[in-house]
Amino acid sequence: MTQIRLTTPLTDEDVEKLRIGQQVLINGVIYTGRDAAHKRMVDLIKAGKENELPFDPKGQIIYYVGPSPTKPGKVVGSCGPTTSYRMDPYAPELYKLGLKVSIGKGKRSPEVIEAMKKYKGVYVAAIGGAAALIAKSIKSAKVIAYPDLGAEAVHEFVVEDFPVVVVNDTLGGDLYQEGIKIYAVK
Amino acid sequence: MCQDTGYAVIFLELGQDVRIEGGDLYEAITEGVRKGYTEGYLRKSIVSHPLERKNTGDNTPPVIHTTIVPGENLRIVVAPKGGGSENMSAIKMMKPADGVEGVKDFVLEVAKNAGPNPCPPVIFGVGIGGTMEKAALLAKEALLREIGEKNEDPNMAALEDELLEKINNLGIGPQGLGGRTFALAVHIKTYAAHIASLPVAVNINCHAARHKEIVF
Ligand code: SF4
Repeated sequence: MTQIRLTTPLTDEDVEKLRIGQQVLINGVIYTGRDAAHKRMVDLIKAGKENELPFDPKGQIIYYVGPSPTKPGKVVGSCGPTTSYRMDPYAPELYKLGLKVSIGKGKRSPEVIEAMKKYKGVYVAAIGGAAALIAKSIKSAKVIAYPDLGAEAVHEFVVEDFPVVVVNDTLGGDLYQEGIKIYAVK
Repeated sequence: MCQDTGYAVIFLELGQDVRIEGGDLYEAITEGVRKGYTEGYLRKSIVSHPLERKNTGDNTPPVIHTTIVPGENLRIVVAPKGGGSENMSAIKMMKPADGVEGVKDFVLEVAKNAGPNPCPPVIFGVGIGGTMEKAALLAKEALLREIGEKNEDPNMAALEDELLEKINNLGIGPQGLGGRTFALAVHIKTYAAHIASLPVAVNINCHAARHKEIVF
């Protein structure tokens, strides 16, 4: 299988060429956020205070994760994806501001898939539960906002060949539906 | 392994000849959870109120299920439970006429609905019978059984095999990306039911199935 390397920040063209089922290795800076951080960010957007966001979503990648604590001498704790549907109510707002990729696991809502088509974004999956392994591709990590949220704080990661699979592309394709079609026993 | 080190679910089996002196047993277990999650660099995933949602900072309180059994031992089973697979679990109060076919349909519906979300491959714990809360507890207890260990009731063992095949034939596969191994096992636990009810609970456990027990 061909692997594609992507380095942030990303352009529309970078993500438009991606297709469901492709393996991608992500490099550069990515940001983390899950339930509570998303709520705060989208509350800011709704209040017209985009400039107060922890980072400018334009061309960026957000990783749905709440890492476990960092052991002494390590860069970060275990760091696997959390289930993405919980961020569905917030994701369209971020794609609208230019977010290019979200990383998580599990199905997205029709609204998010529509937003990705409209604003040129994709959704990719990391391997759920393989968190200690995933942490190896994270080269540096720091909390940049909402430290009071504990594991849910927004982190900035620098990653090297962080492995993901394209689940939803800018054409509205859905790997979760296509994959099942191939293997289901009628 | 996984960053979600879970809700600390504790099963306590207290032998009726055991006498615990001084202090508070539940407080002691809570302290154990606090220490384990803090000193062991495990994630603090618990908020004190489901609607106000403020993190307790030490992963307490645990959920403790206690049973009194004959004997003079104290058995503690720790079964931390991740949120992703717990959220894909479901319970349904069926009618007796729905029968075994109804149970199968419901389990398959839960599997389909879960898809990639609970980090497949997963284990299905199915609790059938009792009251509503009893069925839910049976489903969770069923997850404690070792994979590969057969159900003692031959009818239920056959139903487990049939459900496992049907679930895997959905084609959801590992990580939900398509394939034939969505579930590693189906474990059923039953209990007497009311003449009017057929409660069925399905509790899903991801492949990060972490269980540890200690007997005093
Ligand atoms: S469902 Fe299990 S493997 Fe997946 S993130 Fe949650 S605890 Fe980890």
